[in-house]
Amino acid sequence: MRLIFEKNVEGRRGFKMQSPDVPPAKKLDAKYLRKDPPNIPNISELDVVRHYTNLSRLNYSVDTNFYPLGSCTMKYNPKFTETLANLDGFTAVHPLLPQLSGGGALAQGALEVLYNTKKILCEITGMAGFTSQPLAGAHGELTGVMLIAAYHKHNGSRRKYIIVPDSSHGTNPASAAIAGYQVIVIPTDKDGYMDMAEFKNSLSDEVAAVMLTCPDTLGIFNPRIKEIADLAHGVGALMYYDGANLNAILGKCRPGDLGFDVIHINLHKTFATPHGGGGPGSGPVGVCEKLTDFLPIPRIVKRPDGTLALDYHRFKSIGYIAPFYGNFGVILKAYAYILLLGKKGLIEASENAVLGANYCRTKLRGYYDIPFDRICMHECVLSASKQIKNGVHALDIAKYLIDKGYHPPTIYFPLIVKESIMIEPTETESKETLDRFIDTMIEIARLAESDPDVIKNAPITRPVKRLDETKAAREPDLRWKNSIKSK
Amino acid sequence: MNYVPHTEEDRAEMLKAIGVKSIDDLFIDISPALRPKSFDIPEGKSEFEVCRYIKKLASKNATDLISFLGAGFYDHYIPAAVDALASRSEFYTAYTPYQPESSQGWLQSIYEYQTAICELLGLDVSNASLYDGGTALYEAAMMAIRLTGRKKIIVDQGVNLIYRTMLYTYTSNLSIEFVETPVVHGQSSREAILKHLDGNTAAVILQNPNFFGAIDDYTDIASKVHEVGALAIQSVYPISMGILKTPGEMGFDIATGEGQSLGLPLSFGGPYLGFIAAKKELVRQMPGRIVGATVDKDGKRGYVLTLQTREQHIRREKATSNICSNEALCALRAVIYLSLIGKTGLKEMAELIYSKTEFAKSVLEKIPGVTVKRSSPTFNEFTICLPKNADDVAHKMVEKGFAAGFPLGRFYKGMENYLLVAVTEKRTREEILKLGDSLEAVLCD
Repeated sequence: MRLIFEKNVEGRRGFKMQSPDVPPAKKLDAKYLRKDPPNIPNISELDVVRHYTNLSRLNYSVDTNFYPLGSCTMKYNPKFTETLANLDGFTAVHPLLPQLSGGGALAQGALEVLYNTKKILCEITGMAGFTSQPLAGAHGELTGVMLIAAYHKHNGSRRKYIIVPDSSHGTNPASAAIAGYQVIVIPTDKDGYMDMAEFKNSLSDEVAAVMLTCPDTLGIFNPRIKEIADLAHGVGALMYYDGANLNAILGKCRPGDLGFDVIHINLHKTFATPHGGGGPGSGPVGVCEKLTDFLPIPRIVKRPDGTLALDYHRFKSIGYIAPFYGNFGVILKAYAYILLLGKKGLIEASENAVLGANYCRTKLRGYYDIPFDRICMHECVLSASKQIKNGVHALDIAKYLIDKGYHPPTIYFPLIVKESIMIEPTETESKETLDRFIDTMIEIARLAESDPDVIKNAPITRPVKRLDETKAAREPDLRWKNSIKSK
Repeated sequence: MNYVPHTEEDRAEMLKAIGVKSIDDLFIDISPALRPKSFDIPEGKSEFEVCRYIKKLASKNATDLISFLGAGFYDHYIPAAVDALASRSEFYTAYTPYQPESSQGWLQSIYEYQTAICELLGLDVSNASLYDGGTALYEAAMMAIRLTGRKKIIVDQGVNLIYRTMLYTYTSNLSIEFVETPVVHGQSSREAILKHLDGNTAAVILQNPNFFGAIDDYTDIASKVHEVGALAIQSVYPISMGILKTPGEMGFDIATGEGQSLGLPLSFGGPYLGFIAAKKELVRQMPGRIVGATVDKDGKRGYVLTLQTREQHIRREKATSNICSNEALCALRAVIYLSLIGKTGLKEMAELIYSKTEFAKSVLEKIPGVTVKRSSPTFNEFTICLPKNADDVAHKMVEKGFAAGFPLGRFYKGMENYLLVAVTEKRTREEILKLGDSLEAVLCD
């Protein structure tokens, strides 16, 4: 499709603005003004609508395709939460309103959403306090690591390392490094767990924290989690829980009870808020009692009369992580989702997510190599190691799945499994959908033997075939100007 | 109903296929000792009941105030087509376009967004979005630190205090030296900046229009900054780019800002949109996702996520940032908004806002005891000095139906009587006149 800029026609307008009802002001001195207006298109409203409507149709999405993208929890996003987040009573509220004297009374409903969500997240995770400020999962990780740093600093303890297993999400080591720590990476043992001998060797009083995903990125719950936490606490390190995989354990265990001190939750995963093509997410952070003083400001507190207020007077606080109170619109959707599901619904969500992943795992056994073939949690990891003998890689399998109408699973992650294919079906997909997907995966395994080129040539049904990513990186063309001409 | 479609038969068949007797057998790794000590969550409700309850909460928030409250976050009109298009679930229920062939709609939209941001700011490259204006400014500062290998940053006090506070929070463990330079008569102190600018300086950070609404031409500062090998970073208000001199024209290396004004509702603080653009030679230090154009195997134009070796999923602890999710849907809203408003519309909108702001000044300065600060030209926001405490006045103005502005005493010591007044295209002549009448009445009380 042509770019919106290529549809520019001078003289067209896409928006009717009101006529000026004030006299034109005296022109600003030329030194303050730009020479030429920005080169954004002049285009009719219909052309804009048609352009983006047609672009939307080029995407795979949860609403149009099965989307078993491992580690991303692409579950169905209920529509009623969208309606609620678009209510004027929320969208029109200026975030500074409650910061004005007497303004708190004007935003009680919004403050209640945040306050109640935090309470409920505390109970779900077993933590003592939460901040809603972090704007995404990785942002929550960074916040968590900063809280850990503040805690150690306050206790006069200089620690420079953070331990991360090699199966972790890339954001874990990146967040630790950005907050000023050096990262110690622990390998995975033959059973898929963090290598305990290596872990024990790496522990010292210079370790600030251990960051774990549980279940991990292999979809495996580490039964020795409590022992790991005890060992870390033994040297004064804190335990960080990456909540990316929380959808596996709702009502089955709570990170707080397991001994974790800090946790982030991806509301856009576990609590069904849309992923928005890459965001906005929301990554609230929960902490145990001894870390609550360090949480970002403002804190939302309940006054004796039951009204809610913003509290800035927390001298141990790390400060501002976001300009205000977090991605409010996202938090609201998660809150509504939790209220609808309730206790039973949340537990059933995890149970059925785990059921679906194990169903896919057992049905695909024999066709694909499953490096850690045991009961998994919400996702299972296969390997294309059998298929590469015929030249068919995980990437090829992914591309063929696109032709069959599926968004592919996550591939080449976790990095510790060669040619990995990480399938997270989620609880909202029906058995028929899973069966059709499984049949397609089996068909691919057979084709890899009989006619591998068909797979290697995929996709052929999309608007573009395989794209030259090397060229994209070598000759970066990151904006329209002298763009590549379409054939 | 909890969005799980399985019937009892489905479940039984699935369990049988797995080879276990019950769901509990799937949670065998979680021993009884690890089970929750409590899970006291209320029982679920119907969709109707949840909606009724949340609507009640929404009704507790004041939405009928006539707003002159800005301070970096503005009450603009959002064309209906923005909501209609961004509400297409083919956009909002997708995720990061890791698989380009099934995500060309998203990838092209982001490429268009990147182009629009570059055009607005007069710079070469933009990323696919950051969380908000504050984190964008932090990322820009970190780019400068990596690029120069230096650890001192000069920050003008005209930069939004919220962003300065975020900057200090994020870098509190990184031994970075921050020097704040004052705003004198609404404008950056060249003298103070030059005094502190030296060979250890990684960057100078400025904002235009600054927090007080004052506009400036920072070309002279940028060239001094470059003389010592440092980078010039500017935070901007995107709507002002319809008329104001761009960071690129002033010779700045990196520009950032809050994109909320580009088609995003205020929504009590988020989701918002951080934008960042830079000179092209800095692209390999940019944080976050970047979309690039390329060709497919038949030579047809297409788009992919590119320069990924900067990113956490490849480089882990050596990545330029830890960002995974960004604000893609907000970036989409921004590019749709800009496409609807158009080049001509954006200029007209900026001019209209400027004229309304000047009109508001003329109305408010007629009130006895009120002084409009006119030491610098302003764009959409300006400060007035009141004969009384501005926080108290703002409180009384709420009772008259106005969010009259931001009391500057909250952020700046000694400015307890100052109010920051913002004007958008939505404020009518009548509303501005009524603001003047009400303020006069409140001050006479």
